[in-house]
Amino acid sequence: MNQYQLISTIKLGVKSLMLHKLRSILTMLGIIFGVCSVIAMLAIGEGAAYEAQEDIKKLGSNNIILRSVKPPEDANNQNNSRGGFAISYGLTFADSSRILASIPGVNRVLPKRIIRENARFSSNYVPVQVIGTYPFYPEMSGAEVIAGRFLSVPDERFKQNVCVLSSGLAQQLFPYQNPLEHAIKVGENYYRVVGVLREKNMADQRPQSGKMEGEPLDNNIYMPLSTATTRFGKTIVRRTSGSMQAETVELHEITIQMLEDDAVLTADQQIRWMLKNKHEKMDYEMIVPLQLLMQARKTQQMFNIVLGSIAAISLIVGGIGIMNIMLATVTERTREIGVRRALGAKRRDITTQFLVETVVLSIGGGVIGVLVGITVPFFVTYFADMKTIVTFWSVLVAFGISGFIGILFGIYPANRAASLDPIDALRHE
Amino acid sequence: MHALRGVDLQIAEGSYVAIMGPSGSGKSTMLNILGCLDRPTEGQYFLGGDDVAQMEDDILSNVRGKRIGFIFQSYNLIPQLTVIENIQVPLIYQSYDLKEYMGRAIELARMVGLEERLDHRPNQLSGGQQQRVAIARSLINDPLMILADEPTGNLDSKTGLEVLDLIDKLNADGKTIVLVTHDPKVGDRAQRVIHMKDGKIDRDITNR
Ligand SMILES: Nc1ncnc2c1ncn2[C@@H]1O[C@H](COP(=O)(O)OP(=O)(O)OP(=O)(O)O)[C@@H](O)[C@H]1O
Ligand SMILES: [Mg+2]
Repeated sequence: MNQYQLISTIKLGVKSLMLHKLRSILTMLGIIFGVCSVIAMLAIGEGAAYEAQEDIKKLGSNNIILRSVKPPEDANNQNNSRGGFAISYGLTFADSSRILASIPGVNRVLPKRIIRENARFSSNYVPVQVIGTYPFYPEMSGAEVIAGRFLSVPDERFKQNVCVLSSGLAQQLFPYQNPLEHAIKVGENYYRVVGVLREKNMADQRPQSGKMEGEPLDNNIYMPLSTATTRFGKTIVRRTSGSMQAETVELHEITIQMLEDDAVLTADQQIRWMLKNKHEKMDYEMIVPLQLLMQARKTQQMFNIVLGSIAAISLIVGGIGIMNIMLATVTERTREIGVRRALGAKRRDITTQFLVETVVLSIGGGVIGVLVGITVPFFVTYFADMKTIVTFWSVLVAFGISGFIGILFGIYPANRAASLDPIDALRHE
Repeated sequence: MHALRGVDLQIAEGSYVAIMGPSGSGKSTMLNILGCLDRPTEGQYFLGGDDVAQMEDDILSNVRGKRIGFIFQSYNLIPQLTVIENIQVPLIYQSYDLKEYMGRAIELARMVGLEERLDHRPNQLSGGQQQRVAIARSLINDPLMILADEPTGNLDSKTGLEVLDLIDKLNADGKTIVLVTHDPKVGDRAQRVIHMKDGKIDRDITNR
């Protein structure tokens, strides 16, 4: 088989297929849908996984996050049957210092108190969340100081009435002024604004905002933890439709930064153990971004396997369609096969001719499928606002499989054509 | 039950042989063996000095492609190919460069009077024209022998005569011709007429 033969065989294959355009296109549809769905589904899956993993990574893969959670209602009703509506739960300063002192591999521990309040400057009145934390908060969260400074160690030590605003809040409270050195009123007291902070991104605020859905995410006021504890007290009284409820929570969140990613998984167990011993109720939750990340990857793998199976099935169905048509074609062109054999074609030549036709069909379907397949994710992104990623390897795999299917399902019809006896074939009507 | 029995036949190079006989007498079977499409269950067949009777399938394909030109009753052109492409088909299986042989293919098309219709497809041609394409195709590989099974069977008498004239001309140029026919007038053109009956040679007459 030299190149002239191959080229003329391919030309001939295309010509023969063009003789029955509709039939060829319908046959290709199976492969087109198969290839297109492989690429599109993988692109959507890949995009979703990427977003999930990015979100998790933003939490910091070397961090462990603890959050106070109100224990289930029925449990504390029993506990406080005589104590009225006062409940006390959650993480404590003791937890924080114990973790720092006794868990190996801990770099820093960042506690937070989060209090919902209202902030006022002149006539501007905005609901906010007050976050009492330590001076190294920006380094750990990746937030950026865009004006003034962040809280300092002396602020913390001397319980200064100072605060730092998140950029969104700064704009709402001070639409026409520079907020620095102004005093804003939060709750009952006044605090001097010393800086403005730009959050790294929205995802970063999700853990801080906790379960307070419906709250603006960017309305944060940062102040020294000591100040927040003194000014707002440990007990927060909530009035809900006539009844009053007092909650005592020392710390709402503790972020533990490990020296290395590897230390996370061992520390995870130790912290779990420690908290279990110190807390009677499950009044906290533990988020290990690294574990979430590993889970997300596992889920993604499963997803890929499922997608792969669906795609394989649809490609096999397409392949069977091709085989069906090729068997019909061989019967229809028996006379042609006899003529070619009489004119010097070997069995091999006949096999090649029909195999080339099947491969042209499936590769043709593959090419169209790839083109449609890389267009579909674009529309999905545009209309459904989902991130999609078309990877090179998904295109390669889809295309390769379609070619492989063509050969696999083409061999039988082609061999059948080649095994015809020349005389019988010539006599065929 | 054998289609042919006890046939002993020699065909000289450059001769023009007609095979005649009633239907079912084994004419086509004989031609198929001569054309290496079929192998005799017993006996030998020497083509140009080689015993081809027991050759392998691939080698037989080669022998057909190189040494034999076929002309069929029903033309048997390949419908999806043009006139010139049909003429070139045997070249493909000998791995010849089509460009190199393009001149020869056009020359043959001219010889059979179809140089104006190189890009036509078989369904755009009359029966006589199709048969002439088939003749050009049978010649492209310069075979030793042309085998024609009732080449005029599907044609009217005038067109049939044109085709027979062409075949006469090939013989005049030195090609060996073996032709199956029912028409005694066609047989008269040949140098030798072999009459068959029940798979045997009944009479073997040399004209002139
Ligand atoms: N494939 C086959 N299997 C068995 N017998 C066959 C086969 N082909 C042909 N025959 C028999 O061989 C004999 C010769 O057939 P052949 O086709 O050679 O006849 P023919 O002389 O060409 O007839 P016609 O003039 O009708 O074409 C017939 O009796 C036929 O029935
Ligand atoms: Mg016959």
